[in-house]
Amino acid sequence: MKHNYAKAITKGLVIENPVLRLCLGTCPTLAVTTSVFNGIGMGLAATLVLICSNVVISALRKVIPDKVRIPAYIIIIAGFVTMVQMLVQAFLPAVNDALGIFLPLIVVNCIILGRAEAFASKNPVLLSAADGLGMGLGFTLALTLMGGIRELLGAGTLLGIPLMKEPMLIFIMAPGGFFVFGLLIAAANALAKKMGKQPVTQIGCEGCPNAANCHGCDQKGGDGQ
Amino acid sequence: MSYFMGILVLSIFAENFVLSQFLGICPFLGVSKKLNTAVGMSIAVIFVMVLATAVTYPLFAYVLAPNGLAYLQTIVFILVIAALVQLVEIVLKKYIPSLHKALGIYLPLITTNCAVLGVTILHFTKGYSYGAALVNALGSGIGFLVAMVLFAGVRERLESCDVPKFLQGLPITLIAAAIVSLSFMGFSGIANGLLGG
Repeated sequence: MKHNYAKAITKGLVIENPVLRLCLGTCPTLAVTTSVFNGIGMGLAATLVLICSNVVISALRKVIPDKVRIPAYIIIIAGFVTMVQMLVQAFLPAVNDALGIFLPLIVVNCIILGRAEAFASKNPVLLSAADGLGMGLGFTLALTLMGGIRELLGAGTLLGIPLMKEPMLIFIMAPGGFFVFGLLIAAANALAKKMGKQPVTQIGCEGCPNAANCHGCDQKGGDGQ
Repeated sequence: MSYFMGILVLSIFAENFVLSQFLGICPFLGVSKKLNTAVGMSIAVIFVMVLATAVTYPLFAYVLAPNGLAYLQTIVFILVIAALVQLVEIVLKKYIPSLHKALGIYLPLITTNCAVLGVTILHFTKGYSYGAALVNALGSGIGFLVAMVLFAGVRERLESCDVPKFLQGLPITLIAAAIVSLSFMGFSGIANGLLGG
């Protein structure tokens, strides 16, 4: 069987972009994207965890009993998050301060558990690593895009370089996050429609280990359609 | 006493978990479509937040930190919260079936809710004492409830609105959340006065 590594990497970037197409990992997407720098930092930290956890979970996929797979995945992910956290604290203290609580919270980022469940638990090691890389870069891309828009409009700078006088401070505050994300999803939907793909209508549940027994999600899928 | 009241009000309004700190966005956007599910979910969150704080705070302050194991915080907290939620579910099922029926379906969902893990870690970042941490957990949970209930109301109104086609669905929900969040920013001015600053 020939594996298509290039496809595994590229699909996460655009067609299955975890943030703009699958709508996963919304908490960090909204919270840390107050600047391009923060977006890239968060994206790369998550990418590192995603590749490592995908590799280990894929390698252990025949060993982990099906019944306890979710707790096992969470422990593997938490281990790598702790490592990344220590690395960032030691070598990039500025990133650590900027990301704050959202660095340890990568553990509960549903992109990572989602890829473990949907991809790494069914595919060989190298392909899972490629998938992790693609999804991670897709996440980074979306965060960078959103960080760029918010930094430019809210602080008047881009990567710290002043570009605009009289910025609209609201864009780097909480409401700006929701607003920019709403417009980005609208833009992604419009593009998807042009390409003949389904638009995103609700928040993603892929990777939520409780999607099956979550009453709220059942109702969400049931009405409003 | 006024210090605790300050923390409570601060955590419910000015530092609202969902609308100003972006924690628990998944349930906020996913479950807020129906008022009764929003309330049920939020009550379960309040319950688990306070319980998780009650257990993880002493665990970190008296076991992990003095032994130089502070770096294990993330991994230990997520395990403890997961086990705790499982335990609560078993106990409720056996002894208080009526409460289990009302809250049980939301309990497993909460294990991976970033708001619960977030609140337990944030106590230490903010340097709260045990009492203050418990009050903060309660306030954060109530803040989650307030945001969910308010937003469920907003979404019900949105259903009957004529939304421009390209904004239908998730985009308009997020823009509505932006406006609700904007209104909560009004509370941030009272934060300093409350803590006697």
